[in-house]
Amino acid sequence: MNAVLPHLPALQVVIPLLGALLAGFLRRGGVAFALALAVSWIMPFISGAMLWQTLLTGPISYHLGGWEPPWGIEYRVDVLNGFVLVLVSIVGAVIMPFARRSVAFEIEEGRQAWFYCMYLLCLTGLLGITVTGDVFNAFVFLEISSLSSYVLIALGPDRRALLSAFQYLIMGTIGATFYVIGVGLLYLLTGSLNMVDIAARLDSAWPEYSRAIVAALAFVTVGVSLKLALFPLHAWLPNGYAYAPSWATVFLSATATKVAIYLLIRFYFSIFGVAIDVDTLPISEIIIALSVAAMFIASLIAVFEENLKRMLAYSSVAQIGYITLGIGLANQPGLTGGLVHIVNHALMKAALFLAIGAIFYRARTVRLTELAGIGRKMPLTMAAFTIAGFGLIGAPGTSGFISKWYLAIGAIDKDWWVLVFLIMASSLIALVYVGRVLEVVWLRKPTPEVARASDPPPSMLLPVLALASATIYLGFDTEWTVGVAGNAVEALLGGLR
Amino acid sequence: MSLDLILRVGTKLILPFILLFALYVQFHGDFGPGGGFQAGVITAGMVILLAITFGLKAAQRVAPRSLVERMIPLGALIFAGTGVVGLVMGKNYLDYSVFSRDPAHGHELGIFLVEAGVLITVAGTMTALFYAFVERGR
Amino acid sequence: MSMLMSLIEHYNYVITIFLMMTGLYIVVARGNMVKKLVGLSIFQTSVYLLYIEPGKIIGGTAPIIDPAFTVYSNPLPHVLILTAIVVGVATLALGLALVVRINEAYGTVEEDEIFERDRNT
Repeated sequence: MNAVLPHLPALQVVIPLLGALLAGFLRRGGVAFALALAVSWIMPFISGAMLWQTLLTGPISYHLGGWEPPWGIEYRVDVLNGFVLVLVSIVGAVIMPFARRSVAFEIEEGRQAWFYCMYLLCLTGLLGITVTGDVFNAFVFLEISSLSSYVLIALGPDRRALLSAFQYLIMGTIGATFYVIGVGLLYLLTGSLNMVDIAARLDSAWPEYSRAIVAALAFVTVGVSLKLALFPLHAWLPNGYAYAPSWATVFLSATATKVAIYLLIRFYFSIFGVAIDVDTLPISEIIIALSVAAMFIASLIAVFEENLKRMLAYSSVAQIGYITLGIGLANQPGLTGGLVHIVNHALMKAALFLAIGAIFYRARTVRLTELAGIGRKMPLTMAAFTIAGFGLIGAPGTSGFISKWYLAIGAIDKDWWVLVFLIMASSLIALVYVGRVLEVVWLRKPTPEVARASDPPPSMLLPVLALASATIYLGFDTEWTVGVAGNAVEALLGGLR
Repeated sequence: MSLDLILRVGTKLILPFILLFALYVQFHGDFGPGGGFQAGVITAGMVILLAITFGLKAAQRVAPRSLVERMIPLGALIFAGTGVVGLVMGKNYLDYSVFSRDPAHGHELGIFLVEAGVLITVAGTMTALFYAFVERGR
Repeated sequence: MSMLMSLIEHYNYVITIFLMMTGLYIVVARGNMVKKLVGLSIFQTSVYLLYIEPGKIIGGTAPIIDPAFTVYSNPLPHVLILTAIVVGVATLALGLALVVRINEAYGTVEEDEIFERDRNT
């Protein structure tokens, strides 16, 4: 055990990478699934051990190839990214059993191995972005995860999946290129790519090269915001999520945008925030304005959406608004609320999209009008959907309430009562779009399309139920979400200038 | 058929030298310009030339589709596996100094293995791209 | 006047930014998917220049240590950009592969025609 422990940061990335390559090499759907399952189930242990270690003894630093930072690439795990690593790996582990039947149903035999290969590559990229302490290495992992997610989306059964993958490719590449421009400016200013080192060196460059620093900040913000689908840069997301294979939608919605949000937090609070006084720039105001716009506009679009996957995709844009709102508030309760909402939203959106995947598996449609009365045919699935839906609204007793509560306290701390009102008002819109679905699926008479539907087999049902129970559990026991996130936020805000 | 006699004979003559040049570029990468990327592309160029002159079937007898598509992950596996050796020997991931008692020599050997992986992946990728698009036209 | 002088002095950045804007404009303004990808490629290539230019030190030589030289150019940007080029090529290849598949599925690579066809079905 002692031989393995110091290498956990590298193993976190290397194991899924080897899994992906082996899956591509063996090229058999069943074998690839077994590999993906094994890798996904190992990951939470590694990330959990690292988070535990950081909570006890402080940040872990791993030098790739034995080269000392800042010259070599450093993998650096502190409470913040340990938290995100645990989230990503647990989501992967919980939803993986669902994949077997769903993927076999939606993707032809010859392509299944590639699907799992791409999933594992995407997982590699996402975990890599989170674990690395090197800004250029983060770009490489960003592109690994993005390229594989374009393929995951393009494997969708509809021809529009190809089109959405192409649009995502264009937007995603522009985003990544903006990010590289920002990183390039930082490199020109500091001569370093190590996050800690950049933060230390930017400090002395601030007054003299302030324009270049602000330009770098702007480029990184726009680039990462494209990846995390911050309103109004979200255009790629609804179609991408709607036409991707059901399981890919679950995975991407629960992890990809969350990791991009992590990267933004890292840049704001560990690099720029440490080096310069960000309060002199209107960042916080811009982010809050865009977040509020996302919360309202995207929710309103979701109200009028017929396709359930698209509806939930627009709801994702709105929920991302709550998370970025926490970033904009940038005080202890606000940012804690944002971080907690990363976890809560990931878990409930995964539950919702899994339920939609199960519906598609049984009823072969995701259009709301054709799903009337399906609640009576698939009671357990729809019960999970209902619970997660309440989480989305932020009903007390669900995890969604906790994150919104902390966001509201963050707003009150700044005496922005209007913001508290806006958070509640936007939750009411969520009530409308979730309620509309619940009314159709529970109260109407079953249509002939859903007459023969029934709850899916246990391998698909259990992940849905597990995630839905997590939504309730995290609404009561907040030690692992609010406690750890609060710890991470303390470190982030304590480092601010 | 008879009109492209020069082309066919010329291709046959030149093919081994293309491969030889690829290997030269590969192994000379230690001391001068060259390396796995370039050598991989030249190797793939050889297969593509074969396919253009003698037809796709002839090329796929030499480099079957399944082999080419397996080469892509195989090369990357060699690359990643080289790093894992460092882990197994108790050093950090990608630490090549474990390959030999002299760390500098170990690094050279590590890079050699990595470049071999790059050669396999790049040659496989380029050929697979060519096959994928040629077969679509039919 | 000093503005103009500084622009001329930093002509390399002017070229880089010109290429950047050209690429981005093509991506936004063209409906043809292949042209969009060409624009994307130009956009990415301009960033390679942004990295490489400052790495060159005038009068500096390649960074191979030799007692005859004292000034060396910075090799790190080249390594970074080599990685970025590979990423760019992979993106371009994936994008073109998607365009081929889109062309097979829709019979066109013009975006507005594709939207038209999707609306009709």
